[in-house]
Amino acid sequence: MTEDDLRGLIARVKDGRLSRRGFVKRMAAVGLTAPMATQILAIAGAAPAAAQSVPEYKPTRRGGGGQLKILYWQAATLLNPHFAAGTTNQDASRVFYEPLAGWATDGTLVPILAAEIPSVENGGLASDGRSVTWKLKRGVKWHDGQDFSADDVVFNWEYSKNPAVATVTSGSYRDVNVVKVDDYTVRVEFPQPTPFWADAFVGGTGQIVPKHQFKDYAGANSRDAPANLRPVGTSAYKFVSFAPGDNLRAELNPNYHMNNRPYFDTLEVKGGGDAVSAARAVLQTGDYDYAWNMQVEDEILKRLEAAGRGKINIVDGGSIEFVQLNATDPNQEVDGERASIRTQHPAFRDPAVRQAMALLIDRNALEQFIYGRGGPATANFLNNPPRFRSPNMRWEFSIQKANELLDAAGWARGRDGIRAKDGVRLKFVYQTSVNAPRQRTQAIYKQAAQRAGIDLELKSVTASVFFSSDVANPDTYTKFYADMQMYTTTMPQADPERFMNQYVSWEISSKANNWQGRNIVRWRSEEYDRIFREAQGELDPVKRAAMFIRLNDLVVGSNHIIPLVKRPTVSASLNNLRPVLSAWDLTMWYLNDWTREA
Amino acid sequence: MAGSTLASASASPAAERRHIGPWQEAWRRFRKHRLAVISGVVLLALILAVVIGPLVWAVPIDEIDFTARLQGPSWEHPLGTDDLGQDLLARILYGGRISLAVGFAAMAVAIFVGVLVGAVAGMAGGKVDVALMWLTDLFLSLPQLPLLLLIIYLFRDTLTGLVGLELGVFILIVAVIGGFRWMPVARLVRAQFLSLREKEFVEAARALGASRGRLVLRHILPNALGPVIVAASIDVAAAILAESTLSFLGLGFPPDVPTWGRLLFDAKDNLDFAPHWALFPGMAIFLTVLSINYIGDGLRDALDPRRIISA
Repeated sequence: MTEDDLRGLIARVKDGRLSRRGFVKRMAAVGLTAPMATQILAIAGAAPAAAQSVPEYKPTRRGGGGQLKILYWQAATLLNPHFAAGTTNQDASRVFYEPLAGWATDGTLVPILAAEIPSVENGGLASDGRSVTWKLKRGVKWHDGQDFSADDVVFNWEYSKNPAVATVTSGSYRDVNVVKVDDYTVRVEFPQPTPFWADAFVGGTGQIVPKHQFKDYAGANSRDAPANLRPVGTSAYKFVSFAPGDNLRAELNPNYHMNNRPYFDTLEVKGGGDAVSAARAVLQTGDYDYAWNMQVEDEILKRLEAAGRGKINIVDGGSIEFVQLNATDPNQEVDGERASIRTQHPAFRDPAVRQAMALLIDRNALEQFIYGRGGPATANFLNNPPRFRSPNMRWEFSIQKANELLDAAGWARGRDGIRAKDGVRLKFVYQTSVNAPRQRTQAIYKQAAQRAGIDLELKSVTASVFFSSDVANPDTYTKFYADMQMYTTTMPQADPERFMNQYVSWEISSKANNWQGRNIVRWRSEEYDRIFREAQGELDPVKRAAMFIRLNDLVVGSNHIIPLVKRPTVSASLNNLRPVLSAWDLTMWYLNDWTREA
Repeated sequence: MAGSTLASASASPAAERRHIGPWQEAWRRFRKHRLAVISGVVLLALILAVVIGPLVWAVPIDEIDFTARLQGPSWEHPLGTDDLGQDLLARILYGGRISLAVGFAAMAVAIFVGVLVGAVAGMAGGKVDVALMWLTDLFLSLPQLPLLLLIIYLFRDTLTGLVGLELGVFILIVAVIGGFRWMPVARLVRAQFLSLREKEFVEAARALGASRGRLVLRHILPNALGPVIVAASIDVAAAILAESTLSFLGLGFPPDVPTWGRLLFDAKDNLDFAPHWALFPGMAIFLTVLSINYIGDGLRDALDPRRIISA
């Protein structure tokens, strides 16, 4: 189906000549999933009246829910979102502060302090992509009774971008200009057309702090503000007490700006411990309602779940565990640099070898026996939000096909069973971090490769070294002095631009940029570069989605990247708790809607 | 004390009585240490098992079978399987070869360096002695683990490039562990030398015109060996454990080489529902270390002629 066909169909839906269901059916016929089809409709401006990105809120009055107890096995240390390095502090701040809008788990924006989500239709988005105008919700009050207005929003921009304040959120505010249009309207202006406009004032880094509390601390004395530890926000829960590194208490805000919310009367966020004991505290003993980030093997979680008290919440995000086949030669030095971009990998430059490598990893076994629910197999590098997921990629495990491919390409088995051609032997160093599931994956890969006449030499590097940015260390993943390596890369936003820049040629990791480049596999494609550049300036969401799908197909199709399993975020909650979670925003992003069912 | 009664009883004047050399005497005394004898049998059995075992139990060590994951002991898999369905008996036998080889080789390195340094210091005396003991103190005060990491980081690639990955890592680990465990041996040997070289039998030998080399090799060293052998037995155990530590940190052998330490590391997350996985390699390390320690114990008793052996 071409882009023109797609546009024609969308136009027919808009005119009412084609039903939404009919559209979804036609899309399914060409391999697009239903959520993706509805997404395409939504971003093309043909969304249904009430898009359900968050579940319906049922309680009909404020409060009455008793206590909500949340467990974080890493404790928060401060409560200012602009200083919050790490998700625990961001989450703790989010209990009190709110952004203009948050990201729902389907990758759409949900208004929080904004009256509506800006779009081209409502005049919020400039058609040239150079500005976005936010209309603020009226009647919102800070916890101390003062009114929330555009001045607060503008203040947050000034505060965050001020180098003297030294915020961690400055990246979202540094390059934009924010203008107060009136008391309830602000405009964010960009230096160049920006399709991904929802960064400043949105999500975890977009939390807005009150001007009247921080205006005297908007310089080098920023760390002395009393409100850094005693927040005054706009959220559903008001501050009660905070012990840094231990626990945080809050209570219902009777003047909250959303009707009938919140449901719980008091809130406690307890920090400390470790992931397994946190899982036990929810799933086994039921002492807590919710526990964050369950980095626990699925087998153990399953056995704890068997107690019947709680369940595991799996939220599908963009993180992916994948294998990289080095495009450069790690064993050849050019001007004192290994894996230099001026070299080519002697074996992986043959597409048949790369394709064989992709055929030799049994993703089904990985999902079934190693990662469990924490790692569904995938053929795509870009998996989410659903509208960016390519329907074109397939994965297959076949030792026989790999053997046929290599035979046909002239890689003949030597006396020791290892294939070689023109003096190049198929013997690869395969490195990853020290982590039980990764070593299992290595073992599975090695055995299959052996049967195809490829010898994998396994190497595991301790995680603090492997993932460090230490320029002097040869074992880091950014240096990639190995033939293959494997790790998980995360996707920080619901927009793939930052995620997909990992394969553009100007991001290639090299000595010249101290190995800070994001293109670690050092793969180059002119087509990829060109489409990426186009996507950066493309304002049409449908075209842009199609471009990112093409980018995914290009890099996955090259087989230099072999996606293995998706890594969703995993949390634990009691059976009767109804949390609203999102893969693209903080755990607490919609805490106002959390309820309990009897 | 009646310490000398036995010796004098055996040294009866009857000329045709079989002559008992010092090593035979030691063996006779060793046999009386029941735990040491049992330990010797256990250790011998372990060594035989890892040397011959893989020939008899010819199951591949890396055969993945997902239908047989985390199985307890059965006829098919006498020690059960791990989470990839790999046969644990085969892995333990294979891994034992490496663990034991590392242990004994590292011990040999430590003893060789220790004896050399101790003997030179003890015999030479003076400035050489002082310098060597400074060196020993220096090595004793070095933080072992960070240095170990540094050495592995510096030399691993060069060495694996020269002799291949597994042999390279083997040489490196043996050198590193051996190189950091010679100091107690050196001190022991030096102390022995200092006291022995003043003994009458040494003086007598010297008076007879024995060269310095002959003095050391024939007269002093054999008498200094008792404590050295004990230290050696402890070193074997320490080297096996150190190899486990390195494997645990991901710096030892490649992760698919099932040394005993690696097997334990892999098993630790599954301890509560697949205890056999950790139990058997753990038992192997435990038995090896314990039996070596008992053997050392027995050897110390046997090699110390002043010690009375009852029973």
